[in-house]
Amino acid sequence: MATRRVLIFSIFERFWHWAQMALIMTMLVTGFAIHGLYVSIPFDTAVTLHTLAALALLALWILSTFWLFTTGNWKHYMPTSEGLGQVLRFYSYGIFQGERHPYRKAYWRKHNPLQAIAYLALKLVLFPAIWISGLIYLFYFAWGDVRFAAAGLEWVALIHTATAYAILAFVIIHVYMLTIGHSFAAHVAPMLTGFDEVDLTPEEEAYLTADEPSHIR
Amino acid sequence: MHVLPGILLSLALMSVALAPAQARTNWPTPPVVVDTNPQVSGPLTGGTADHRKFEILQKPFASGPDVTKACLSCHTETGKHFMKNIHWTWDYKDPVTNQQLGKKYLINNFCTNARGNEGMCAQCHAGYGWKDESFDFTNEGNIDCLVCHDLTGTYYKTPNSSGNAACSVMFEGKPAIDLSYIAQRVGLPERANCGACHFNGGGGDNVKHGDLSTALKSPSRELDVHMSPQGLNFACTACHVTKDHVWAGSRYDVIAKDEGGQGKPGQRRDVATCESCHGVTPHQSGSIEHRKLNHHVASVACQTCHIPAFARGGVATMMDWDWRTAGKTKDGEGYHEHGYTQGNGQERYTYKSIKGNFTYAENVVPEYAWFNGQMHYTTIDSRFDTKAQPIAINAFDGSRDDIRSRIWPFKRMHTWLPFDTGNGTLVYTHLWGDDNEAYWGNYDMGKSIARGMKDFGLPYSGQFGFVETISYWPITHMVAPKEDALACRECHAQNGRLDTVEGVYLPGRDRNYWLDLAGVLLVSGTIGGTLAHGLMRRLLRKHHKGENH
Repeated sequence: MATRRVLIFSIFERFWHWAQMALIMTMLVTGFAIHGLYVSIPFDTAVTLHTLAALALLALWILSTFWLFTTGNWKHYMPTSEGLGQVLRFYSYGIFQGERHPYRKAYWRKHNPLQAIAYLALKLVLFPAIWISGLIYLFYFAWGDVRFAAAGLEWVALIHTATAYAILAFVIIHVYMLTIGHSFAAHVAPMLTGFDEVDLTPEEEAYLTADEPSHIR
Repeated sequence: MHVLPGILLSLALMSVALAPAQARTNWPTPPVVVDTNPQVSGPLTGGTADHRKFEILQKPFASGPDVTKACLSCHTETGKHFMKNIHWTWDYKDPVTNQQLGKKYLINNFCTNARGNEGMCAQCHAGYGWKDESFDFTNEGNIDCLVCHDLTGTYYKTPNSSGNAACSVMFEGKPAIDLSYIAQRVGLPERANCGACHFNGGGGDNVKHGDLSTALKSPSRELDVHMSPQGLNFACTACHVTKDHVWAGSRYDVIAKDEGGQGKPGQRRDVATCESCHGVTPHQSGSIEHRKLNHHVASVACQTCHIPAFARGGVATMMDWDWRTAGKTKDGEGYHEHGYTQGNGQERYTYKSIKGNFTYAENVVPEYAWFNGQMHYTTIDSRFDTKAQPIAINAFDGSRDDIRSRIWPFKRMHTWLPFDTGNGTLVYTHLWGDDNEAYWGNYDMGKSIARGMKDFGLPYSGQFGFVETISYWPITHMVAPKEDALACRECHAQNGRLDTVEGVYLPGRDRNYWLDLAGVLLVSGTIGGTLAHGLMRRLLRKHHKGENH
């Protein structure tokens, strides 16, 4: 088994990641401005940016969901308990003992078990909670006349805001994780170049070298 | 030569001191420039007749009614039309509450009541000679055409009956009115015509409404984007569209939410709403912001954002009136005190013996509330719980759940009014009259009330006190240019303009304390956790020189 630098993040995936990053940051900054936590951004500007970013993000998510299923990349996010305990033990104990990260990226599995579960939860819980509540919020004008609409809006806003706090916490942990192990830059690099070190079986190595020479260095 | 100026000066001072209504100081209406920049009067354009060419007008007139007769000889149906409108009837029955409203009956918390004081108050009746109950409302010869249609600015009215001798001096020394000259120069009413009364309601410039002052005769664009000669130069009737001398737009019958908009193509809508011109989606750029603002139309009146403050343009409005202090005299004579200099430099009285103490304000931020257009008046017949003060002269309906309601701006007028402590009712006061019971001259409130009630067969316990009252004035004029409309955060903020408006979740104003606390704890806890984690890695790495992936 050899460790080689292999293209694991395609150009679409990298575009998706960075566009999503920019949009989510825009949503967070403008969203909490609308919420009134700070007033340095004019309210109308915040609402406009928040709405435009939301629509762009929804479009991106539709595109990425289509991509995940047509390319089969959805399999990377399937949760597994296998090795999960080891990863958890590493972050809470082993890391302080100078141990090596227990997970080895495989060609068919680029996320460690903790990553897979975290990203899956993000995709299936936090993101739907925020976009569903957000769309209901955005379309308030269409249902504002129904009974108890005002109270309903309060609940929608509550769910929307709570989810936003959770996503912000996720972002903080996500960025912190980049500092663990190699340098921060070394961790960010694969999402820029697409290449990362992956343990390859001889068959995988032979296949990539022969049939996808541009995907392996 | 030295005596005459002295007499004139003292007369002038007395007239100022005793002026029961500052309205008078606005007669005659200032000359308006004819034709050079004509005001826009809705669908009517005028100009189809030059009244100087009518023979019937080319003669001297002995009296106003003589002019009216000449007018009606050509405008044959106008008298019948006119006698139906509220400027003539002063009478309105609310179709929902069945309350008898109209100036003829109502009590306001300014000069209290017109009823019984018509000799003075009916200077603003569009007719001739209403001084008491004997006035003939069926005689079209009594209509005063000129007060609305004079374009020379030389026409004026005087009280229909003499008041106390001390008061009558203020109407002396006016220039004679050349009725023939005026009759030949009539036209569609301009702002100064309507304003002669409507800018001076409550006894002085902008006293009553807050959004109607003499500043609107020639307003800057900033003061009123529609009425400004630099803007659209709208006359009042551009919005208060007129059909057979009946005007759209009424404080008794308010359309708080107009969903009819501009109407069907070619359809004429006789309403004075913003929507009748601007439609129900007035913000038209198609931007996210404008779409969002158009969604506000369902719940926020146009006036709320587009009239950032009332009593702008240098003319103050009265916010508080205290009748308790009225009646003080110096050497047996009434007096007044200046105490407020308004934006345009004019002095305003803060005390008058005949009225009491006043408080003024300018550039006033309105109060805001849900309003569906329906008012409930405290009339002369209403009995109230004197402990439940202040008494709302005109309470109004509205809530978030009421589909006809929107959030409206109001002027809130606070007044200590005389009332009947025994019966718990408001009272008619007899203010005007050349007799020993009229308050204006005798300063005896007890006598004035007794007479005011007796004249109309109303019960009076004989005991009076003073009650706190509030009246609400929906703000709808002094529309600022769009660049001066409220920014979102005026309302979408804590302690913003809509701080007290209930029934809505307002982003930026409303938040759940516990959710925000939990959210801030979660985020700060996450940051703290990562910092602690990172710190431990750094500290412990010194002990373990091994690989630290």
